[in-house]
Amino acid sequence: MTIEDIREILGAEYVVGEEWKDREVHTACGSDMMSDVLAFMKDQSVLLTGLCNLQVIRTCEMMDIICIVFVRGKLPDEGMIEMAKEKEIAILTSGHRMFSACGMLYEKGLRGGPDYK
Amino acid sequence: MNNDTIVMSYVVPADDFTRAGEASSNVKGKLKKMGVPPEIVRKVAIAMYEGEINMVIHATGGTIDVTVSPEEILMVLKDQGPGIENIDLAMQAGYSTAPDNIRSLGFGAGMGLPNMKRYTDEMEIESKLGVGTTVTMKVKMV
Repeated sequence: MTIEDIREILGAEYVVGEEWKDREVHTACGSDMMSDVLAFMKDQSVLLTGLCNLQVIRTCEMMDIICIVFVRGKLPDEGMIEMAKEKEIAILTSGHRMFSACGMLYEKGLRGGPDYK
Repeated sequence: MNNDTIVMSYVVPADDFTRAGEASSNVKGKLKKMGVPPEIVRKVAIAMYEGEINMVIHATGGTIDVTVSPEEILMVLKDQGPGIENIDLAMQAGYSTAPDNIRSLGFGAGMGLPNMKRYTDEMEIESKLGVGTTVTMKVKMV
């Protein structure tokens, strides 16, 4: 699925990176704890999170995550937007809660990584 | 990649959670430019980032030296923080002594040290209460 597919499924809006909308997303991760995200290494992932600070962008940079969906209508600040542009990370914002947003994407075939070992 | 050994040194500022990760970001960018394979770059970046965050949360910042040689990437993270009372306990996934305000920032889940071990080939912690902690990590190039 592409970033644009995610936007459409969630009825989300672009904050950053509409120009990267055709990039393929292979796996997803939903968490508000960044160390949980950092324990999961997968290519071309999307992160769904309700946490909204600069370390979310940093975490995605380290993980090569290509898209962030902020749930519960969270909006990033200017510093976060600037960093996301620089690191080419698309940002979407959705009014859905975490559980619903994850479920909607799962229903359309997007999957998480393997079990944590 | 050429055969030279390259050393990169950073000072991690104290109590500046917003800036935490700048050193790791810089190292990641440089390793990419040097042509280090992406999988290895990611391992180094994640391990170093967790360490950098730890220095800000638990200590008063510190220093990080990264040595890149054709065989491996060596990271030495040194702080003059309170030290780790029980290293075995600190290595357990889920164990954390981070304050609650750190958890609301997305860290302090007790996954930092386990993640650092997970993404590196070798990891050693030397810590003395009241003196500080040195974490040495190695990621092999192949």
